[in-house]
Amino acid sequence: MSNTDTYEREGVDQDTVEAVRTVGQKYKYGFSTDIEMEYAPKGVNADIVKLISKKNDEPSWMTDWRLSALKRWEKLVEPNWAMVNYPEIDFQDIHYYAKPKSMEKKPKSLAEVDPKLLETYEKLGIPLKEQIILAGVEVGVDGTQEQRKVAVDAVFDSVSVGTTFKTELKAAGVIFCSISEAIREYPDLVKKYLGSVVPQSDNYYATLNAAVFTDGSFVYVPPGVRCPMELSTYFRINAENTGQFERTLIIADKGSYVSYLEGCTAPQRDTNQLHAAVVELVIEEDAEIKYSTVQNWYPGDENGKGGIYNFVTKRADCRGDRAKVMWTQVETGSAVTWKYPSCILRGNESQGEFYSIAITNNHQQADTGTKMVHLGQNTKSRIVSKGISAGFAQNTYRGLVSMHPKAKKSRNFTQCDSLLIGDKCGAHTIPYIECKNNSSRIEHEATTSKVDDDQLFYCHQRGIGEEEAVALIVNGFCKDVLQALPMEFAMEAQALVAISLEGSVG
Amino acid sequence: MPKTNLTEQKISSYSLPTEASWAIKSRKSALNWLETTGLPNRRDEYWKNTDPSYFNTIKKPERNKIDYVENSIFENIDRINIVFEDGYFNASKSDELLLKGIEIDTISVANQKDNHWSANYFGVLEKSSQVPVERTLASLNTAFAVEGLAIRITDKIDKPISITYLHTNDTSDVLIHHVIKIEKNASVTILESGGVASRSNCLMEVFVCENAEFDHVRVQGRSHEKIAVTHLFANLLKDSSMKSFTLTVNGKSIRNEYVVDINGENSKAHLGGAAVGDRGFSQDDTIFVSHNNPNCESRQVFKKVLRNGAKGVFQGKILVKDGAQKTDGYQISQGLMLDDDSSFLAKPELEIYADDVICSHGSTCGEIDNAALFYLTSRGIPMAEAQDMLVLAFLNDAIEEISDESIRTIIGSRLKDWMVKRHKS
Repeated sequence: MSNTDTYEREGVDQDTVEAVRTVGQKYKYGFSTDIEMEYAPKGVNADIVKLISKKNDEPSWMTDWRLSALKRWEKLVEPNWAMVNYPEIDFQDIHYYAKPKSMEKKPKSLAEVDPKLLETYEKLGIPLKEQIILAGVEVGVDGTQEQRKVAVDAVFDSVSVGTTFKTELKAAGVIFCSISEAIREYPDLVKKYLGSVVPQSDNYYATLNAAVFTDGSFVYVPPGVRCPMELSTYFRINAENTGQFERTLIIADKGSYVSYLEGCTAPQRDTNQLHAAVVELVIEEDAEIKYSTVQNWYPGDENGKGGIYNFVTKRADCRGDRAKVMWTQVETGSAVTWKYPSCILRGNESQGEFYSIAITNNHQQADTGTKMVHLGQNTKSRIVSKGISAGFAQNTYRGLVSMHPKAKKSRNFTQCDSLLIGDKCGAHTIPYIECKNNSSRIEHEATTSKVDDDQLFYCHQRGIGEEEAVALIVNGFCKDVLQALPMEFAMEAQALVAISLEGSVG
Repeated sequence: MPKTNLTEQKISSYSLPTEASWAIKSRKSALNWLETTGLPNRRDEYWKNTDPSYFNTIKKPERNKIDYVENSIFENIDRINIVFEDGYFNASKSDELLLKGIEIDTISVANQKDNHWSANYFGVLEKSSQVPVERTLASLNTAFAVEGLAIRITDKIDKPISITYLHTNDTSDVLIHHVIKIEKNASVTILESGGVASRSNCLMEVFVCENAEFDHVRVQGRSHEKIAVTHLFANLLKDSSMKSFTLTVNGKSIRNEYVVDINGENSKAHLGGAAVGDRGFSQDDTIFVSHNNPNCESRQVFKKVLRNGAKGVFQGKILVKDGAQKTDGYQISQGLMLDDDSSFLAKPELEIYADDVICSHGSTCGEIDNAALFYLTSRGIPMAEAQDMLVLAFLNDAIEEISDESIRTIIGSRLKDWMVKRHKS
């Protein structure tokens, strides 16, 4: 069937057709850029930690903090409870610091950034330059149309290469910069919040991250400020044999609001690369954070060779009353994903939401889910998780909903649905439900099924091909989650859904 | 106390009986597994919500204030009655065991014989159920249990076989091991009732052959101090079916484990349970249903009513293996909390490797629906009665899993009884 046919057909959602058309492209972010890099020697030890700290010009308290984390990490054992299998990782065979050479002197403006770097971002389709204001016009609440702007922080291997819209944000009082800069410029804020949501000793990967994190983003939204634009970070692993360890810290002070987008890509390599990030969100009284991720790290080839190991710790702490957090994630990449964005609902009437699509194809493995810890009264949480498994992939939802004795009148609703495409893949659900008071209500439901034959037949009947039809059905299956994404991301995610499933049918 | 140390102490408190070589072989293999893996402890993920130390300890169980030595709840049902007193078979109180289509021996007799049918079955399912999760309390049972029944059913049996556990010694600690084989086209109903002992570890291995039916209803005793761990291992062949329902009322720590292996096409396994309790009641249902063949059906319906600091635990897992297409798996676990001190902890799990299946699970917990309560009271029904009605209605889904109507009535009246006592306390 030719593409022109596709266009002529009416009644089919153009976006879906568009998405399906890109199917032939495979992993389009698989290129690598040949940039001169500066590496730290392989391995992790106190010297490396000191070196990273020195490279980032950090004050001594930060170096000490890292060293104490390293000390703890050396005593920890790698967890093995997740339903994922991978060969043992040699943590001493990884570069813990890699930086494009052209970044040695911090660029004063984007014009000074290595054009090759910009080229990379160009290929990634990231609007790093100011003039690129993402398409898509949003209709405001009052019906007026306003142009939507997105401020971007880009992290290339270990370092942040540029943050846009700084001045405009500054005028609103919002601090958006790389975390290394924040450590230097806003030590009080960093000291107060860093490690307060994900403590140093939280888990194996978070502790390693605390010791060796190289860069990341930092956002502080002052009281009562509604961040004027969406903030966005693009993470890119480029160099071979490097690990990426970034740390994101977002603080929404009383009554503020911020929406944050995160995107990730990596080149096609035969060896596995490690990514262990930590994201901490602090939400004070009446504040709200919307955190959206489109994770598209290189998933490895059809035979499961290569790909990123994605071991991420993300947690939001709703400290004040009526604080609100919303995690939305589209997980299509990575060879192995181990990720549980969580919400601690400490404030009374605080709210946590988690929307997730996890797609695994070929030999990908994902063990992902969320934790909703209800501590305050009248807290609410909602979990919608859609797992899609194709090829030889294994997809696991693992979650916790916990109502503490004091979390009176709290409410949770969980729905996790799995879709299986093919008979060699697996879909698993492992929820933990803990209710310790009687005025709270928890509801959990999960279903597992395959792409409905009737729906497929209906599509075929109308002349829609196999892959197209599956993409259409899967997009429908994911609709609840896609709708929760910011508009620009929703489009990208929809396309990704189709690309990720390429070759899984027929 | 370290895991191995505790295990060694526990093992040394028992001794291996002298039996036929096949029995010794099974027991040694279980003992070996127990020695290498050790008894469970709180750090095991599998024992996250229930404290295994109640079952592990070598201390004599605390003196039980047994309300009374009660007769079987199934007294008025026409049945074949077999009585165990404090863990030992009591022939004088039991009915005649020589009946057509039934072969019954106690394992203390069967395990002495060189050529007993149970030679190929004793400890077999317990052993195969040790992966992926270790169940070493079951190994302990296989290694050291000297009492229990070996029942072989060769025909369709109309009268249920009722096993009554009398409990007279208030610090008893017993192990009981049953092996049941239901031959091709045969069927049987097994009823279990009574408190067994202050601390008990009961195990039942059930082999359901082609086109056979196994019906099982168990009512655990009412003592508040009771400590019990049970294992039900079942293996289902083609076109067979099993149903098992357990009622738990009160107890200090009760853990009921079920491992069902569906090894033939078109088989059905239904598991149900109702648990009600208060005052430090801790009840745990841990279930593993494995679908190894296509076209099978499984149901798990478990309901718990909790009050006054009670804890209800549910860990249920459905595994659908590669190739087990057209599986229909369903699981529901619900907790109803009558006051603010209780807790309900659930882990409903699905692990699925086949695509053409319908599998779902649901889990809810909360208090009595105030709107329903208001509706009933506004129609002149007193508050307490309205609550009871709603509690019974809540438990009814599980009770309906029992096929026999007269047994359903008996179970219902036991629950009503619990609720009446609740209003008094």
